[in-house]
Amino acid sequence: MVAKNYIYRLFGRSPVKPLQTHMEKVLICVKELIPFFQAIVNEDDIEANKIQKNISKLEKEADKLKKDLRLHLPTGMMLPVSRTDLLDILRLQDQIANRAKDIAGIMIGRKMVLPARIGPLFLEYVQRCVDAADQANKTVNELDELVETGFRGSEVELVKSMINKLDSIESDTDKLQIKIRSILFKIEKDLPPVDVMFLYKIIEGVGDLADQSQRVGSRLQLMLAR
Amino acid sequence: MEYGLVFIILAVVFGLFMAWGIGANDVANAMATSVGSKALTIKQAVIIAAIFEFAGALLAGGQVTKTIRKGMVDSELLSSTPELLVYGMLASLLAAGVWLLIATFYGWPVSTTHSIVGAIVGFAAVGIGLEAVHWNKVSTIAMSWVVSPLLAGTIAFILFNSVHRLILDTAQPLVNAKKYVPFYMFLVGFIIALVTLFKGLKHVGLETTPLQSYSIAIGFGLLIMIIGKILISRINFDPGEDKVFHYTNVEKIFSVLMMVTACSMAFAHGSNDVANAIGPVAAVVGVVQSGGEVSQKSVLPLWILGLGGVGIVAGLAMYGHKVIATVGSGITALTPSRGFAATLAASVTVVLASGTGLPISTTHTLVGAVLGVGLARGIGAINLGVVRTVFMSWIVTLPAGAFLAILFFYILKGIFSVA
Repeated sequence: MVAKNYIYRLFGRSPVKPLQTHMEKVLICVKELIPFFQAIVNEDDIEANKIQKNISKLEKEADKLKKDLRLHLPTGMMLPVSRTDLLDILRLQDQIANRAKDIAGIMIGRKMVLPARIGPLFLEYVQRCVDAADQANKTVNELDELVETGFRGSEVELVKSMINKLDSIESDTDKLQIKIRSILFKIEKDLPPVDVMFLYKIIEGVGDLADQSQRVGSRLQLMLAR
Repeated sequence: MEYGLVFIILAVVFGLFMAWGIGANDVANAMATSVGSKALTIKQAVIIAAIFEFAGALLAGGQVTKTIRKGMVDSELLSSTPELLVYGMLASLLAAGVWLLIATFYGWPVSTTHSIVGAIVGFAAVGIGLEAVHWNKVSTIAMSWVVSPLLAGTIAFILFNSVHRLILDTAQPLVNAKKYVPFYMFLVGFIIALVTLFKGLKHVGLETTPLQSYSIAIGFGLLIMIIGKILISRINFDPGEDKVFHYTNVEKIFSVLMMVTACSMAFAHGSNDVANAIGPVAAVVGVVQSGGEVSQKSVLPLWILGLGGVGIVAGLAMYGHKVIATVGSGITALTPSRGFAATLAASVTVVLASGTGLPISTTHTLVGAVLGVGLARGIGAINLGVVRTVFMSWIVTLPAGAFLAILFFYILKGIFSVA
């Protein structure tokens, strides 16, 4: 009888918290890439395999959170933010985890190694891309405060500055990517062509982590503009 | 009057049952937002509800009771057959009670107010004649059902936006919360006291001039404000808690405010909804005590208001506390700053209606207020489907209440006329 009470039913589940939980999960998943590439550089196959499985598992968990949230966001819910924006952010967050899974999957599946000359720089590059995801997570974490303040006032300024920082991290990753590509370009003639092709693909994929993270920030910025 | 005592006993029993039902179910709706925003524990909510529901019923319940007992039916037409009014009022109580039981069982968002008004109009229009219904008054009441949620929504929207401007969106929300929240408390005390005083407390032996009313209301507002300030100064602020959610400490201040508004909500609910149960009782008692005369002047005995209050508190104590606990713990998306805006808007609207003698639905008013806060982008998720059914429900409730009342009217008439 109580479950049918309409004041009770009037309040739906706020989508903000689940969205944040999803992003946290995505971040945990992406962070695994750091030890993963460390293991690759160290040529520790067992460790790399283990981490790849874990990444894949975390990605699945994030996927489940995504589906839960989508199911709990039926039309006819009055939300403080537009439903389209929320679902868009969710999709972008999810793509970060997907990309991480793809990267680890290809590396393991093709038994790839990193040429010694790009190794250290590549680790720095991965770290910076994970930083971008971390910053995106921090920004999404402000969403409940934004709802509390009705998307106005000093909280908006705070979030704007966080988004700016996210942008600058992303541009760092771009610079690192250019550096790595130029080194690889110099040595690519001495490497098996197909491997090189895939290496470029991996470099691009890691860069995408930062790009997608930045897109999460941009979407939040659009939310603020409304 | 033949069977006079029987009628009174029946009326009291039906009325008590109705009041019990209001206490068991309806009060939970009024208190749920306070419990849901964690401003009150369940125990505190039950105690506040008991005290202020009773106070509201006794001090400010007179006007609406008057409307229910003699505002809608032209009793002049009944001066030769006063027993028809008695049958009708008993039938209305039964009809509303039965309809509410059915609705509660199926979880339909049905309002006590709409049920009883539908029932009274139904028995009067069919049992006596279309001309027996004061259609002017009835249409005013129907209008107020549309206006009250809208008004509550508008007030809530404005209140919540003012909270944003003055407190939440500033650089120092905590400092500003300490500064401005007491003024909101003043507002609560002032408005509730003023409306109650203006409608007169003659029945408890207190008569005031407008000037006196204003001064007492200001005094009462200040008193609430001072109590609130003391409570706020006692809050234990922990800067560490703000790391997780930056507004934790600000919301603590709003919790105190929410306590005050919870009291006003219980008061408002008591003042309006008690009439649904005891208005018909008062009508029956009035007819019987005046020896079968249908008097328009008879004064409402205080004990009947008290009876309604007791019924509500009994329902609350026996069953309502469970409903409050479950409903309250289910509402998690509400922080005190939102809960306060919605509750205050609803209680002001309801108290205004009580003062004007308009029976309105407290729950529907509260739903309107919650929507107002939602429109100000204040609430995580509001299920608009529920809102739609809530506002559709009174279209169903009126004919249902009326039909049942007509049925019971003829049954009662059959029993007592033959015997």
